[in-house]
Amino acid sequence: MRQRIIPPTISFTPEMRPNAWDLAALPLVLGVLWLLAFGGSQMSTPYNLGDPLPMSLDPGSLPYYLLRSFLRMAAGLAASLLFTVVYATLAAKSRYAEKILVPILDILQSIPILGFLSITVTGFIALFPGNLLGVECAAIFAIFTSQAWNMTFSLYQSLRTVPHDLAEAAEMYHLSSWQRFWRLELPFATPPLIWNMMMSVSGGWFFVVASEAITVSGQNILLPGIGSYISMAIAAKNLTAIGWAILTMLVGILIYDQLFFRPLVAWADKFKFESIPGEDIPSSWLLTHMQRSKIMRTLASLPGLAWNASLPLFRRRHDGLGQPTRSVRSYPWMDKAWNALVAVTAAYALIRISDVVRVEVGLPEVLHVILLGLATALRVIVLIIIASLIWVPVGVWIGLRPKLAQTVQPIAQFMAAFPANLMFPVAVILIQKYNASVEIWTSPLMILGTQWYILFNVIAGAMSIPTDLKDAGGNFGLKGWLRWKRLILPSIFSSYVTGAITASGGSWNASIVSEMVSWGNTTLMATGVGAYIAEATQKGDFPRIWLGCCVLSGFVILFNRLLWRRLYRLAEERWRID
Amino acid sequence: MTINPDEDLIHLAGVRKAFRAPDRSERTVLEGVNFRLREGEIVALLGKSGSGKSTLLRIIAGLIKANGGDVLYRGRTINGPAKGIAMVFQSFALFPWLTVQQNVELGLEAMAVPSAEREDRALKVIDVIGLGGFESAYPRELSGGMRQRVGFARALVMEPDVLLMDEPFSALDVLTAETLRSDLLELWQERQIPTKGILFVSHNIEEAVTMADRVLIFSSDPGRVKAEIPVNLSHPRDTEAPAFKAIVDEIYAVMTQQPQRAAGSPAEPLSLGYRLPEATPHKIEGMLEALAEEDTGTADIPILAEQLELPDDTLFQLLEAGRLLGFIKVDHGDVALLPAGRAYVNGNTAQRKEIFAEHLLHHISLATHIRRVLDERRDHRAPENRFLQELEDYLTDDEAERVLELVINWGRFAEVFEYDYNSGVLSLPEEDEPAASEGDASAAE
Repeated sequence: MRQRIIPPTISFTPEMRPNAWDLAALPLVLGVLWLLAFGGSQMSTPYNLGDPLPMSLDPGSLPYYLLRSFLRMAAGLAASLLFTVVYATLAAKSRYAEKILVPILDILQSIPILGFLSITVTGFIALFPGNLLGVECAAIFAIFTSQAWNMTFSLYQSLRTVPHDLAEAAEMYHLSSWQRFWRLELPFATPPLIWNMMMSVSGGWFFVVASEAITVSGQNILLPGIGSYISMAIAAKNLTAIGWAILTMLVGILIYDQLFFRPLVAWADKFKFESIPGEDIPSSWLLTHMQRSKIMRTLASLPGLAWNASLPLFRRRHDGLGQPTRSVRSYPWMDKAWNALVAVTAAYALIRISDVVRVEVGLPEVLHVILLGLATALRVIVLIIIASLIWVPVGVWIGLRPKLAQTVQPIAQFMAAFPANLMFPVAVILIQKYNASVEIWTSPLMILGTQWYILFNVIAGAMSIPTDLKDAGGNFGLKGWLRWKRLILPSIFSSYVTGAITASGGSWNASIVSEMVSWGNTTLMATGVGAYIAEATQKGDFPRIWLGCCVLSGFVILFNRLLWRRLYRLAEERWRID
Repeated sequence: MTINPDEDLIHLAGVRKAFRAPDRSERTVLEGVNFRLREGEIVALLGKSGSGKSTLLRIIAGLIKANGGDVLYRGRTINGPAKGIAMVFQSFALFPWLTVQQNVELGLEAMAVPSAEREDRALKVIDVIGLGGFESAYPRELSGGMRQRVGFARALVMEPDVLLMDEPFSALDVLTAETLRSDLLELWQERQIPTKGILFVSHNIEEAVTMADRVLIFSSDPGRVKAEIPVNLSHPRDTEAPAFKAIVDEIYAVMTQQPQRAAGSPAEPLSLGYRLPEATPHKIEGMLEALAEEDTGTADIPILAEQLELPDDTLFQLLEAGRLLGFIKVDHGDVALLPAGRAYVNGNTAQRKEIFAEHLLHHISLATHIRRVLDERRDHRAPENRFLQELEDYLTDDEAERVLELVINWGRFAEVFEYDYNSGVLSLPEEDEPAASEGDASAAE
């Protein structure tokens, strides 16, 4: 059955009488609303830097901490969505804005967010003096920065690739830009945007955990939440508490998936531009339930009404006949002036930053940090290779068995969402117990959370190898290595590259928390730029944080340009199955 | 008779359109186009692909601005999509996330027509166009023919004076197109729709003659109205009637007619950037073989079209390719096999390739040019971008890419050069490399 959309008009007819579905739906929604209100009120309590925040290791308070972490995630996602719509629309619609916004976005997405946490938190505390909201905002900001960029890119790409004939039809049928945005551009961009939101949220749990326990000017601030609970458990060497936290997180991710993303994906299916026959139509018990409940349908149509009312308000007022209403002309000198302005500003910023770093840190240390960057780069490369060697065969094996793949695929996606930093204490204990090398054995932590992207992308790639190709391969007796070389590897290459890019990007970011791990009062430090940033953060040494982050970003950008982008292009052109 | 522009639905005088290339040079697509659409008329635009007919339609629609000349709707200049003009698209251009009814209401909604009236008008049109019962369906649930009916309903609900159609039936199968065409004609003749004039682009000559009161034939580079052929037949028109066939023949003759050259000038000089027709060697071969089966080696073009079961525009491309390569002669709607074409058909695979290679290098200057560059270079290799850039001086980027790809395809078939997809490098076939080159290579090492 195809999902039906909720009609945007309300008609007060006998159909409005509550039905059986309402009995269950209504308490559910009211309950969620109450939780939101309660959790939200807790976010803006009075607070001064240095005040202790009451936290306990009692597993009974975990649901409350989960709610607080949830709200942070939701707030971060809402902020990301708002940012995405404004930024991407601006970049897609204005030629001048595009010239700076797109490169900035490109840089932003390769900046290690965690390193900047202690810088931003100071600003936010100053913004809300005497209130916890400042610290909350800093944590939400960290989550926001981990989610916004890829969503923005996705929307920007979609806005730039709106099918030409639909754009012409919109123009022909007199849609104003406001109407075109809502009727054409946003619907067209919705499916990829929601997919990116899911990816963002699954990466975001890691940052929720990492950003709740913040160190500012030597002060440890623990925001009530799962992340702080973990930090406390680590400090207290309480392994049982860590077990409870892991369990709570698992339940939390499951709830987010079932109550939020499943319904969203099922609903967004109607916006898919081309449907592939035979493809499974995503479904969600919650959405089906909601659409059958009449009260819910009425409630859901309320925002639709306001939106519908806005369409005629912002309509196009001219007819296209007679004198032209506006003339669009481009002045070449304006382009040049704009370019010059951008170049001068960028040069100025570069000079200022390098000044600060040179005066405060000195050139020899810069070289030292670059060497540290190389050490981290080596780790990332080796880890991606090892993870690929393990997960590509496994992923292919699973992907070629459709029944199995359908069970494993959600598990792999789920594992990717699970914040790997919850597992770090376990690693510390193991390293200590076996007296293993810190340099080597802290490295796997970097890829613990991100390796799953390789797995589930490879599974998806193997699942989509066309049956006729597989049949032809079987018919000509392709076996063993030849089968891999001629059929399997080329078919999964582009999915693999997508997964590996995500995994490597995530690993760079994770280096900040994984190269320096602690358990109680033991702290293990590996050699790398991640540990350098983490150490500087603990000391509140801003110039060194800046330097570390710049070097880390530089490496990420270099990697993207020299390796991943080329591989991606190769995958697009050479090994595309069409 | 005096011409009063205000009485025409659409009046074009001296319309010119040029697109600016990235290197700021201009490419003229339309030049000096004059045209009138009067009330009660259906007019068809025919022409080779790339002759600017779609561009002209979009200028009238207000989607593209002309660079010069007058574009008037009921005496007023068109500067954007006008209320009295609606358009039907080749690709249907329906919004997949809107239901049939929402799609039909789109234009009314944009103009803030109250929702009750909107629904009323939409349902009426949906009924008339034969979509009743599908109001709440999504486009993806409908067949191609039904989708285009939605396209028509969306246009007709605006109650347009002028209906523009850009190859509205070409994405449909023959039977569906036929039904939709006759349904539309019926609505038009019975005045069930308020539309006062229809202008449509077509690539199907029979379709144009079936529907139109006048057929305009476009020539390309730059696009101009080359001929105007009135169709004074009563509806419904019998496609087998001699009068109908005579008009179809006449259009074929006009469309395959060569531009007149000054007397005594040599065979048309083919510039490097000539817009080569899209035709594969094997299709050209098929056409030559079909011609050779006729005793005289000549055929009437409409008959050849029927025999080969090819759409008109494909056939025109094949004919032009055959003519450019010097295999056939096209004259007054007849095709004749030239001696070279006859020799080609009679040859075996190797001989055919040889003949093709000889004619390719002799007649197609782009192929000659590529081969010369490869011959002159020491390593006999050259990147494709080198030629692409040269072509972009004459053609749009897309066209340049298409033409180069085509010549590479012909050259590979004729084995006069080779091409590596991964590196994008053209090279000489190994057996063609002069023996000296091996000495060169070893000297270089």
